[in-house]
Amino acid sequence: MRPPSGRIGCALTLSIFASIGLTIVYALGGQTQLEGLLLFVALGGIAVALVGWAHNFLPKGPFEQSREERMAKPVAETEAEESFEAGADVVGRRYFLVRMLGLAVAALGAAAVFPVRSLGTRPGRSLSVTSWRTGRRLVTEDGRPIKAADVIEGTLLTVFPEGHTDAMDSQTILVRLPQQIVKPLPGREDWSPDGIIAFSKVCTHAGCPVGLYNEESHRLFCPCHQSVFDVLKAAKPIAGPANRALPQLPIRVDTGGYLVARSDFHEPIGPSFWSIDHA
Amino acid sequence: MLRKLARWIDDRLGTSRFVEESLNKIFPDHWAFLLGEIALYSFVVLVLTGTFLTFFFTPSLTQHIYHGTYAPLHGVKVSDAYNSVVNLSFQVRAGLVMRQTHHWAALVFIAAMVVHLCRIYFTGAFRRPREINWMIGVTMLLLGIFNGFSGYSLPDDLLSGTGVRIMYSVLLSVPIVGTWLAFLIFGGDYPSTSIVSRLFVLHVMIVPAALAAMIGAHLAIIWRQKHTQFRGPGKREDNVVGPRLWPTYAFNSIGLFFGVFAVCTALGGLIQINPVWLYGPYNPSQVTSPAQPDWFMGWLEGALRIFPNFEPHIFGWVIPNVFFPAVLLPGVTFMLLYAWPFIEAKVSGDYGPHHLLDDARDRPVRTALGAATLSFYVMLFLAASNDILAKSFNVPVGNITWTFRGLVLGVPPLVGLFVHRVMRALQRDDPRRFTELPLEAVTEGD
Ligand code: FES
Repeated sequence: MRPPSGRIGCALTLSIFASIGLTIVYALGGQTQLEGLLLFVALGGIAVALVGWAHNFLPKGPFEQSREERMAKPVAETEAEESFEAGADVVGRRYFLVRMLGLAVAALGAAAVFPVRSLGTRPGRSLSVTSWRTGRRLVTEDGRPIKAADVIEGTLLTVFPEGHTDAMDSQTILVRLPQQIVKPLPGREDWSPDGIIAFSKVCTHAGCPVGLYNEESHRLFCPCHQSVFDVLKAAKPIAGPANRALPQLPIRVDTGGYLVARSDFHEPIGPSFWSIDHA
Repeated sequence: MLRKLARWIDDRLGTSRFVEESLNKIFPDHWAFLLGEIALYSFVVLVLTGTFLTFFFTPSLTQHIYHGTYAPLHGVKVSDAYNSVVNLSFQVRAGLVMRQTHHWAALVFIAAMVVHLCRIYFTGAFRRPREINWMIGVTMLLLGIFNGFSGYSLPDDLLSGTGVRIMYSVLLSVPIVGTWLAFLIFGGDYPSTSIVSRLFVLHVMIVPAALAAMIGAHLAIIWRQKHTQFRGPGKREDNVVGPRLWPTYAFNSIGLFFGVFAVCTALGGLIQINPVWLYGPYNPSQVTSPAQPDWFMGWLEGALRIFPNFEPHIFGWVIPNVFFPAVLLPGVTFMLLYAWPFIEAKVSGDYGPHHLLDDARDRPVRTALGAATLSFYVMLFLAASNDILAKSFNVPVGNITWTFRGLVLGVPPLVGLFVHRVMRALQRDDPRRFTELPLEAVTEGD
């Protein structure tokens, strides 16, 4: 066993070599793992040396010091209070001016809050409308319009309104169900031509894209918090934290055979907000 | 030379008295007192590595096609932010080790704060006169978590982009002001083009500055009040026992700094973290699965996953589901943390000053409450992996979710009762009552 000073010297030597090594690695173009390892040795060597030094050669005591009692010093306390009150009395004599000063500061403060308004646009109706419009074609992410015949059973397509492929509130999923099992809700009988049915892709829980589809059970899964939506029941949530059904996009087939929107969604898409029932 | 400089300064500022006092200042010694220092030093590592990163990061969401050296991304549409992070990782020498060390240091920083908070809690170090420092500490934890979240959101990758999307929904869920809140913070409807530059300013300037100021205040208060100490021979309420700041404590502490730095760099160099080039750039119509956030967000993620699909309609207004797990839960958590020193004083009627620490077994109720609370958050944390558990045990995710609902409610009371009994038992056969021994009994004679 080496004496402590020898071990400390060793640690420091290692550290020096590691630092030299770092320079070389850096000059040769760098290598992440080596850099990490050498940094560990270079820094760790100094750490070991300092702690070893303190442990072996420095006075550990224990020493003792008294703790001044800070709690009971009534004299200083009252003196501070008196000094403050003496000043406050002089100021307080100008009663009217004190009031005005308070008012001026409050008014300035209120005026200074207004720039906060510049931070964002007015919500208005933007949470209730998307870029879908009557007659707008359904296109893929790269802008290709979709014919009804392109939609194959069992696969999930993500579509956007034509010309708005970056409108993320408009992302919509498209699936084709066997015609005989589609049971549209009352009022939605003509929303799903040839069994092709479209729902908003934005999860009604916290807004993740609902991206997974199980074709046997006809269920949609949100990967974020595992909400499950039943396509056969108009995308009603059947498990997980989501509470509202995915809004359905009314679609039809136009004369060229392309899928187009009948209108925008009839309700707000995505997560709920406090005034959603009025939106 | 040094002496001359010191004299020159003293001549102008009259510092020598303070310096003399400081060098001789005594710091009680215990491994558990190092936890706060680990947090402090990982903050230093964060500032050092983070400064390097800011020189290469572009806080912008302008989109273009990637043409860097990482072939799998060629031709993919990426944002400036994502692009700069990938370039920083592959093209800047020592860039990746800095970036990964930064990320690891952030995880260590928050972990050290949490464990430090537990130490303070279980030893009763938050009691008068240390309530102010407790509240500063809780605020630093809050800021640390915020900066951890804003930091990993900056690269605009698929994983973090999903987190930002959820954050927008959470803001939206705040009753009455939620819509405006979300629009003001994000600059408008989602997706926003300004959120990364806004988070960036907060992440690199406002929050670190606030943290630095609070660390300063935290340390100044410790300095003024002097550190607490565990009960032991010669240790009393009216003294402090331990090594002096200079040189012993300083050597140990600076040694610890190098040690923390060394561990962070080793992790940063050897263990890959947040490989954003594998996740791909953020695209709001895609999502990675399974998606797991950084550990300190795990309790919130878990709460989001297992909270039932409850969304009350009250007088025509809606309280969105995410409000409960993601606004109410953290709100109540931090309120209780802030208020704890005052709640305990009120309940126990003990308003007196304390400088000697409690042994956890001597406060069975506090210890049991703390353990129960911790187990609650651990259960939420574990619930954040319900999809992974479902996959690896091949059970429906719904069953796992229901199991966790049970565990979150059932485990804490059991843990509390169990810990209470154990503490009581320990108390009964505790032979160590040596508080009255004189200091000389253990002095090593220096
Ligand atoms: S966002 Fe879909 S389940 Fe939470």
